[in-house]
Amino acid sequence: MIEKRQIIPVWFFVGLLLQVYGVLILASGLAHWSHPPGGVELSNLHAPVWWGALLIVLGVIYCAKYYPRGET
Amino acid sequence: MMAMMAVGAPTTLVHLSGVDLLIIAIYFLLVLGIGFYLKKFAKTGEDFFLAGREMTAWVAGLAFVSANLGSLELLGWAGNAYQYGIMAAHWYWIGAIPAMVFLGLVMMPFYYISKTHSVPGYLKLRYGTEASALSAVTFAFMTILMSGVNMYAMAVVMEVVLGWSLHFSIIVSSLTVGVYVAAGGLFSAIFNEVLQFFLIWFGALLIPILGLVETGGWSGMVARIHHNFPGQDFTHMWGPMSSASHNPMGVHWIAIVFGLGASVSMGYWTTDFLVVQRVLSARDVRSAKLAPIIGSFFKMAVPLIVILPGLLGRAVLPFHLVPANVAQPGQFKFDDVLPLMLARYCGPGLLGLGITALIAGFMAGMAGNVSAFATVWTYDIYRPYMRKDAPDAHYVSMGRWSTIIGLFVSIGTAYLVQYNKSMMDYVQALFGFFIAPLFGTVVLGMLWKRVSRMGGFWGLLAGVLTSITVFLLMKFDPSWVKVFAFSPLAQPLAQAMWQALWASVTCVVVTVLVTLVTKPKPDEELKGLVYALTEVPREEHASWLHRPVIWGVAALAILVVLQIIFW
Repeated sequence: MIEKRQIIPVWFFVGLLLQVYGVLILASGLAHWSHPPGGVELSNLHAPVWWGALLIVLGVIYCAKYYPRGET
Repeated sequence: MMAMMAVGAPTTLVHLSGVDLLIIAIYFLLVLGIGFYLKKFAKTGEDFFLAGREMTAWVAGLAFVSANLGSLELLGWAGNAYQYGIMAAHWYWIGAIPAMVFLGLVMMPFYYISKTHSVPGYLKLRYGTEASALSAVTFAFMTILMSGVNMYAMAVVMEVVLGWSLHFSIIVSSLTVGVYVAAGGLFSAIFNEVLQFFLIWFGALLIPILGLVETGGWSGMVARIHHNFPGQDFTHMWGPMSSASHNPMGVHWIAIVFGLGASVSMGYWTTDFLVVQRVLSARDVRSAKLAPIIGSFFKMAVPLIVILPGLLGRAVLPFHLVPANVAQPGQFKFDDVLPLMLARYCGPGLLGLGITALIAGFMAGMAGNVSAFATVWTYDIYRPYMRKDAPDAHYVSMGRWSTIIGLFVSIGTAYLVQYNKSMMDYVQALFGFFIAPLFGTVVLGMLWKRVSRMGGFWGLLAGVLTSITVFLLMKFDPSWVKVFAFSPLAQPLAQAMWQALWASVTCVVVTVLVTLVTKPKPDEELKGLVYALTEVPREEHASWLHRPVIWGVAALAILVVLQIIFW
């Protein structure tokens, strides 16, 4: 987006945010793996682990594809 | 700061852990950082107010749909889905998709070719100052009130859900929005809307996924709803609308098709400058045509994260939610269904993501209103009526100052709403008064070159006055409900559809009648503004993948299939 003025594409920021959130959510899921938080339904499915991993993968793809090369 | 956050509600729907708070803090840091980064690119008026008209179709399309995906809508429509069932999805499908496709294929070329910066700006070119001034002043007034309502609604949700004090939420959200919009203008608003879009999807998508796992899929969910609420139909869209007495909304299909689909939806999606401004930022006509059509595909999918959680609430929650006006201490309201479902399936980390999505939605709502206000105030009120020939830099500076002042007015509105709760309903109703008739005025002006200057103005005014009159009569004397809505059972949502329909019809009739007895504008003044006198660019040489009309037809075809599936 907006190549002529070399603004960092919004997709790069999206990727950055997804990666950071993915790491935090994955880490939180792993930390609670053996002691799932009380009151949360279906905690046996460990949703934070695979959801965090999905966010990391998508974040890496977005960051790699839209990395601001040659930005002034 | 933590102490200030904790002041307020003694009981909360959810409790955040350290990782949740970290996720929220990172979001605030990122949006502020993006705002400061974009400041250096927002130098001219076109940069600040229209993001340089450089956005791709995808960015403009996501911002277009995201500007409407605020948290007020998310919470409210999830609550409506709990209350009325899948019929609430009409507001996402027939109440959005045809209008978005119509905007892209029919109206966007005129907005774009005329090089207008706003909808009141188009009215000025097409009709003159009367209709434009009426539209600009009312729009500026309403957007600033809506920004305050968003601010207050966010503060209340944060108080109820998290236990944060009202003052803390109002101060933090307004400061953040003020800094990033004043710095980067529409650039910042659009960047944050795209971020918000991803946050909302990734923050809410787990609810339907895990909800359907718990209920054993769609059929399992339907069976549970029938078991919990025997004799009531919450899972069909059109079947129960053969009569107003057959559905909980008290609505007949005529009100949905003509009131929602042809009046409210067309008015909102094609003339509300808050959403149209996002598309005007597109880099060329083809992108401007494609943007709302790209948005329509995502809009069609939104019921997955809004309507389905409401339905799942009916199926899995061990207690019944009640209307806000009868909720007793310890009872939950319809609008609490989304946070309740979030807390049901999301533990630490995921909960922070979901709450961040809600905060982002509220702040994007405020930013959208404030950036649209700054544009209309600067270009449609300040420049034509106060200072005509100032340098461009002066108007950019005025845009920044009006953003800050607009936010202060919004804060005042938020506190006014706190002490007068019914004001919130009136502000939202106020917005509806102008939307439906404005569509009649704009579309007649685009498609019929004979429509005169006075025809446009008097049609718009008559439509607005009709809308206000019908609203007040039905609100203060329920016996009028059966007159205007053709059924005494019509609920407020159904009444609003009929109100819009009456306003649209009045606007069109008055516009035509006044036009026939007044002098039309000369053709030379209408070039680039009306269908008969404008060379609309076609995409005959583009591959079919790049033709807006192909994707518009595809969106409408999917819409029809969805109606059949959920009939």
